[in-house]
Amino acid sequence: MTHQWVAFAIMVLAFAIAPIWIYPVFLMKVMCFALFACAFNLLIGFGGLLSFGHAMFLGTAGYAAAHAAKVWGWNPELAVLFATLCSGLLAVVTGLLAIRRQGIYFAMITLALSQMVFFVYLQTPFTGGEDGIQAVPRGQLFGMFDLSNNAAMYMFVMAIFLMGFAIIWRIVHSPFGQILKAIRENQDRAISLGYDTDHYKLVAFIMSGAIAGMAGATKSLVFQLASLTDVHWSMSGEVVLMTLVGGLGTLFGPVLGAAVIVSMQNYLAHLGAWVTIIQGLIFVICVMAFRRGIIGEIANWIKKPL
Amino acid sequence: MEIFGIPSQALFGQLLIGLINGSFYALLSLGLAVIFGLLNIINFTHGAQYMLGAFVAYLGLSKLGLNYWVALVVTPVLVGATGVVIERTMLSRLYKLDHLYGLLLTFGLALIIQGLFRNEFGSSGMPYPVPEVFQGVFNLGFMFLPKYRAWVIVASVVVCFSTWYVIERTKLGAYLRAATENPSLVQAFGINVPRMITLTYGFGVGLAALAGVMAAPIYQVNPMMGVDIIIVVFAVVVIGGMGSIMGAILTGFGLGLVEGLTKVFYPEASNTVIFVIMAIVLLIKPAGLFGTQK
Repeated sequence: MTHQWVAFAIMVLAFAIAPIWIYPVFLMKVMCFALFACAFNLLIGFGGLLSFGHAMFLGTAGYAAAHAAKVWGWNPELAVLFATLCSGLLAVVTGLLAIRRQGIYFAMITLALSQMVFFVYLQTPFTGGEDGIQAVPRGQLFGMFDLSNNAAMYMFVMAIFLMGFAIIWRIVHSPFGQILKAIRENQDRAISLGYDTDHYKLVAFIMSGAIAGMAGATKSLVFQLASLTDVHWSMSGEVVLMTLVGGLGTLFGPVLGAAVIVSMQNYLAHLGAWVTIIQGLIFVICVMAFRRGIIGEIANWIKKPL
Repeated sequence: MEIFGIPSQALFGQLLIGLINGSFYALLSLGLAVIFGLLNIINFTHGAQYMLGAFVAYLGLSKLGLNYWVALVVTPVLVGATGVVIERTMLSRLYKLDHLYGLLLTFGLALIIQGLFRNEFGSSGMPYPVPEVFQGVFNLGFMFLPKYRAWVIVASVVVCFSTWYVIERTKLGAYLRAATENPSLVQAFGINVPRMITLTYGFGVGLAALAGVMAAPIYQVNPMMGVDIIIVVFAVVVIGGMGSIMGAILTGFGLGLVEGLTKVFYPEASNTVIFVIMAIVLLIKPAGLFGTQK
């Protein structure tokens, strides 16, 4: 445990002092995606369930938070809370369907369901279709702190990110997390030991969806925009890539993976379609030769889980 | 003439479009099912390989002057050969791992292929002329049926049922089905299972390319043409269940028709109807209409 605390301290310190050198909005984007990837990793890394539709939670919460903040004029903390609940609710419905099949089917079903959600948002008026919801006000946190100031917003995003990360950390080490890992390793054995595996998988799916939603809500406040990009299947692919690069089933891998992929997209944005090609190449390389991911390799090297 | 308050022209027109889409759903889900049967992976590259088929036909015509019929034969072989290379160099190294890695690898390959073509050709579609023999329409009395569309439906039915026949009724198919059940035992009988797996992947990919060539004159040739269709085909596969070849074919055609009907009666839902059906099937019969839960 102690080395995980050390790693956690390094991570907190890094995000705390990084704004001195790096553009804060970029760092906020990294933290939102890091939380998104951590939520995704909770499902694949610890539950063995590959969701190919996690963008639906990111996007749903983005729209919910943007709508609450802009149309209803809610405070940001309430907007994020409301959006997280919306994504959690979506996860209940989609999870009940998806956990009826396993493995590859699970991936295909989540992908199909998220494509359905995409088409729904494309057509319903409240999402603004191709335009999205623009000019979302960041608002006053608790009615006191003005978040249009980037420094205040940074603290807010960092607090949410660390809170989400801590929740996941706690889940992984709880008895619930242990049972989840047991199901990942050998579902039949877990059933024979008397665990209602579907129930555990569903709860994990809901928690993962809700935390992914928390990330999406925060992201829409940071960029003051909720758009179809966040619901698109390519976003679901990106979060898989982030987690894979950082290390499936590691605690800190998704954070590093998100930082790597978001930086790559930022610095290579001028290359256009090449970004997709490079992402595809990274996928292939990771699957063929680098399945542990960056953090996974480090953990393997120091022989301790990270 | 009106049926349920809908002009019959519109109704039959949409049903025809549904049947055309269904032809492609059937061809693509058939390829996915054949590959899944032996390799146990979902070929995410399938949509990109469908697009490759259309592009090889398009480039063959515009650069080399090869006509539609040549493309129809050459393209599946060429694209199938790239499939063989992919299987030999990459997929075959992943069989011992969790099957999800196969999905991730093929997803990455799809991104690469689609990205390369979008870089080269942009994202606007390129037209492919309908071959001369099939220009014009049949007058069926109650509607006009473009000849090319009739050909697509017939060709797709023939290809689907020939594949079904080969797999379910011939000796080669028996080997294939046996290898699906128990590969090591079949290998012990002296059959080269790894080669069979390679050729099966090549065949499945070839089917996708064939669908691409047939689609070129109907939809435009576009680097992204395989993206959305493959997600729908995944839903088709979940609805049908992977267990049976016939299941994949029938669900493909059936869902195309359902989609066409939805366009007539409730157009807003035409994009989502297949996903809704998938959700209902999952609730009632999780293994799929024709599948058996393993």
